Amino acid sequence: MKSKKSTIYRILCSIGKYRFMVVLSLVLAGLTVALTLYVPILIGQAIDLILEEGKVDFHGIGIIIQKMIILILVTSLAQWVMNHINNHITYQVVKDIRIRAFRHLEELPLKYVDAHPGGDIISRVIGDVDQFSEGLLMGFTQLFTGCMTILGTLCFMFSVHVGISFVVVMVTPLSLLVASFIAKKTYTMFQLQSKTRGELTSHIDEMLGNQKVVQAFHYEREAVEKFEEMNQRLKTCSLKAIFFSSITNPATRFVNGLVYASVGIVGAYSVVKGLLSVGELSCFLTYANQYTKPFNEISGVVTELQNALACAARVFELIDEEPQIPDKAEAVELKEANGEVALKDVSFSYKKEIPLIEHLNLHVNPGQRIAIVGPTGCGKSTLINLLMRFYDVDSGQILVNDYDIGNITRKSLRQNYGMVLQETWLRTGTIGENIAYGKPDATKEEIIQAAKEAHAHPFIQKMPKGYDTIISEEGGSLSQGQKQLLCIARVMLSLPPMLILDEATSSIDTMTEIRIQKAFAKMMVGRTSFIVAHRLSTIQEADVILVMEKGRIMEQGTHHELLKKKGFYYKLYNSQFAV
Amino acid sequence: MKRGGKDGIIRQIFILFLKGWKKKPMGKLLRYLQGYKRESILGPLFKLLEAGFELFVPLVMANIIDIGIQNKDLPYIWKMGGILIALGGIGLICSLTAQYFAAKAAVGFGTELRKDLFSHIMKLSYTEIDMIGSSTFITRMTSDINQVQSGVNLVLRLFLRSPFIVFGAMVMAFTIDIKSALVFVVAIPLLSIVVFGILFISMPLYKKVQKHLDLVLQTTRENLTGARVIRAFHKEKDEIERFEKDSELLSKLQIFVGKISALLNPITYVIIQGAVIALVWIGGKQVYDGAITQGEVVALINYMSQILVELVKLANLMITISKSLACGNRISSVLEMTSSITEREEELLENQKEYKVELKEVDFYYKGGKAPALEGISLKVKRGETIGIIGGTGAGKSSLANLIPRFYDTSKGSVFVDGKNVRGYSLEKLREKIGIVPQKAVLFQGTVRENIQWGKKDAKDEEIWKALEIAQAKTVIEEKGQGLDFMILQGGKNLSGGQRQRLTIARALVKKPEILILDDSASALDYATDAKLRKAIRENGEKMTIFLVSQRVSTIKSADRILVLDDGKIAGIGSHEKLLESCEVYREICLSQEICLSQISTK
Repeated sequence: MKSKKSTIYRILCSIGKYRFMVVLSLVLAGLTVALTLYVPILIGQAIDLILEEGKVDFHGIGIIIQKMIILILVTSLAQWVMNHINNHITYQVVKDIRIRAFRHLEELPLKYVDAHPGGDIISRVIGDVDQFSEGLLMGFTQLFTGCMTILGTLCFMFSVHVGISFVVVMVTPLSLLVASFIAKKTYTMFQLQSKTRGELTSHIDEMLGNQKVVQAFHYEREAVEKFEEMNQRLKTCSLKAIFFSSITNPATRFVNGLVYASVGIVGAYSVVKGLLSVGELSCFLTYANQYTKPFNEISGVVTELQNALACAARVFELIDEEPQIPDKAEAVELKEANGEVALKDVSFSYKKEIPLIEHLNLHVNPGQRIAIVGPTGCGKSTLINLLMRFYDVDSGQILVNDYDIGNITRKSLRQNYGMVLQETWLRTGTIGENIAYGKPDATKEEIIQAAKEAHAHPFIQKMPKGYDTIISEEGGSLSQGQKQLLCIARVMLSLPPMLILDEATSSIDTMTEIRIQKAFAKMMVGRTSFIVAHRLSTIQEADVILVMEKGRIMEQGTHHELLKKKGFYYKLYNSQFAV
Repeated sequence: MKRGGKDGIIRQIFILFLKGWKKKPMGKLLRYLQGYKRESILGPLFKLLEAGFELFVPLVMANIIDIGIQNKDLPYIWKMGGILIALGGIGLICSLTAQYFAAKAAVGFGTELRKDLFSHIMKLSYTEIDMIGSSTFITRMTSDINQVQSGVNLVLRLFLRSPFIVFGAMVMAFTIDIKSALVFVVAIPLLSIVVFGILFISMPLYKKVQKHLDLVLQTTRENLTGARVIRAFHKEKDEIERFEKDSELLSKLQIFVGKISALLNPITYVIIQGAVIALVWIGGKQVYDGAITQGEVVALINYMSQILVELVKLANLMITISKSLACGNRISSVLEMTSSITEREEELLENQKEYKVELKEVDFYYKGGKAPALEGISLKVKRGETIGIIGGTGAGKSSLANLIPRFYDTSKGSVFVDGKNVRGYSLEKLREKIGIVPQKAVLFQGTVRENIQWGKKDAKDEEIWKALEIAQAKTVIEEKGQGLDFMILQGGKNLSGGQRQRLTIARALVKKPEILILDDSASALDYATDAKLRKAIRENGEKMTIFLVSQRVSTIKSADRILVLDDGKIAGIGSHEKLLESCEVYREICLSQEICLSQISTK
């Protein structure tokens, strides 16, 4: 409950900037409702002036019509302005919150990004924000005008005639009852429908998603049979769900009809008794038609509001997520690192219960090559995470140039590293922009030079628009190897003193693979390099080999030292390379 | 006279619409309604009935005012009130009947269409799957069909009703008084122009908004997937700026579209109320002249207020219909697609029977591909031989493997299995001979037993265990503790990549195929297991002809013959030793994998 309250409070805060507009919108909504309700009364008055042949007060009607014209114009103007304001508030709030969430996203520790599925975060930043503001603001205005309409109608009705108003008030709950009864009944049917539909969809997903395998085992007939069985079940429960839900409209229409008829009967009765004029009756009939509508809307709005609240809570949850520890105030800028790196008694784990790296010591002299070796998923990336300070160590120190990296600004630390990962990531944009990603002010010549050094120039030239070809996240028509060459070119452009490289394991054609190797070799000259290594030559040439398994460093030393040791590396070497 | 004219126009519009409908490919989908002819006619009919009853209500009310009140006739008022309730009751029954028929027809339509579409897609060949993409097929099967189904439902329910009420109200107005009815003649087109005009102007703009939203979404996604790179290049600020720019543009566009939609309510309000004023004025004059009564003026005003609601409903219906039509057209175009692989079990020229598999001057292009995936491939493979196929990505290894079970047809040249052209087999008979382990290790939701039985429907437990043993998967399953009843989750999520691969291998082995194709299917296995696996397969299938496709030299090194592919062409063929000597490409591959350094240096 408390959290709900605080969510509402925070929502109010985020709208606070627009509080003047919100108030204005509410005032206009009130005005619109009042005027809309007043018009039927005027019409009723006019009707009362039209009695019968020869008995029509044209002068009176003329005055009423003048009033009506003014009212109508004011109402529509108020409505128009209100719509505008609401639009404005809604979309501005969406923008504000979205930008806030996104800013925060850039500050969140990678721990959060790694641990949460991308789809979930995206749906918070995009879908939930939309739902939140649209559901909340639109829902709120609807709720407000709805309640106002009901209240206003009641006031007007009671002021004109108490008896008939009672009739209306007594009958309308029926409509609500019917609607909620049907909603409850259909809920279970809809649940069954969506469950069956889910089953069917997952079958479709599986069979069509892997259609090639299905065909290879000529399993089509079975797939269709199974599909048909689910399809028939879906048919039965869909029919029920759709039919029962479609009862709501006719049923509420029927109840409205009842209200209308009762107003008609009681009203006519009162007119005969002289308690009401015909014009007032007509006004009541209009009200009877209008009055029930907001009730049906409000029940819908309430669920929408609840949904919006839940969405808001999800968005705030993201915004509340603790950002990474900011750089210390006394943090220094690391200028040009000489390449000396030391790990002193470093321990780290993703989860406290599962120790990972414990008391790791490593000293790297400027220009040394460190090969990190081990089976996939052994935690090689953990080490990279710590070196780049994507994650902070639990205890111990990592030193660069004898500075604890905790005391260096993140920016300057990372500027000293060049990183080429196996999962290539490219920004939507032109090839040129991608190469210049780390150095936006690079000249065209510099970009081409970097591409040439990365052996990427030839294939870029073959692209339809050369360096101006637009590529997207998925890389479009680029092969995996070509993407990696682009990533290398990106680093080449401003070659930092330390490197983190990830060798490709597979799915790169031989020629590209050779090019990548050459590019790597060129980069590494004179630079401290950490290489996630898969190739024997890289490993053999390394100054230090770190052998990792299950996140731990099992052994470290040179190739020969480790072979002599006949430990884990020896076994690994024999199973992987000595066929 | 005028009345007939109006009816004529309605009918003409209707016919025009039906014609337009039929022309579109969507029209072909209408045949799925054929089993529900009765429902699709009765549904709208009952809807019309209901609407008709609704149109009587203001008239009854007018009578209450003009006769009941005028004559102070209380029993008459009660009677008319009773009629009002009765009209509502009959209306309710009619509309329930209509809803039922409409739901039945729509659901039936959806079910039949879904079934046909699914079995149709199942029949399409690899070429079509490549061209369209599985995810597209899945969308067609799920959201597109649902959209069409609800479109059909709505059309049956509302498409006749709304125009009927709009024009019905006008017709009723004419029966009351022709002069007053002219107000309707002016107001209805005016309202229609406003409602539909705003709709059609804002629709494309909303599409633009959606596109922009996609852009914002893309930026968000990129920032998540590229979090490391962005931080490594300390580009956080630039990314935020970019996002802010996109968001700003998006909200500007949204506010702009909002401005247009914001016009709808005020303008329609003005028109309707303006029409009411006109009715009061003209009606007043007519009453003065004695042409109509006071109650009839009330009825006219009531008719006017009914129109707007229905027009808005109609406009919304139009949106749904246009969406459904688009989905329907997309579905139709899938249904119109035919498989490029046709079965014709005729005798084609027989070739030498001594070869198990033979490729004769084969060229192969992927559909739409400019460069050949395979070019001039000729290969003769004896029974029981093991052929290794190696080459870089895109060299054509998988393409070659896919030609043998005829997943694709050759563009030139022929493939023979047991001396008979593969085009001469029925697909089932051909694929019966072949066990294939695809590159992607796909398993399906179900038990291990069910999964392995994909290979052989009636495989007994012993056979399955044997296959698992050969595939080096026996211990994996035994460790799970539930034996063959172990449930595999969708996509095989509860198994590691290597475990999945071994199970897919067992699945291919269980039927003891004459030809076994392993399409780079041991990539997730360590070298030792890979070696054990190959040994076990060889020992258990002496007569089996085996194709080993791999990037790894170690996997194919011990094959009887190795086929080296480079850019779709054969770069060399022969044993490992022979190729090392004679084939430059092979030597390069070996070098890049540093498998045989010693052997090269000794030469």
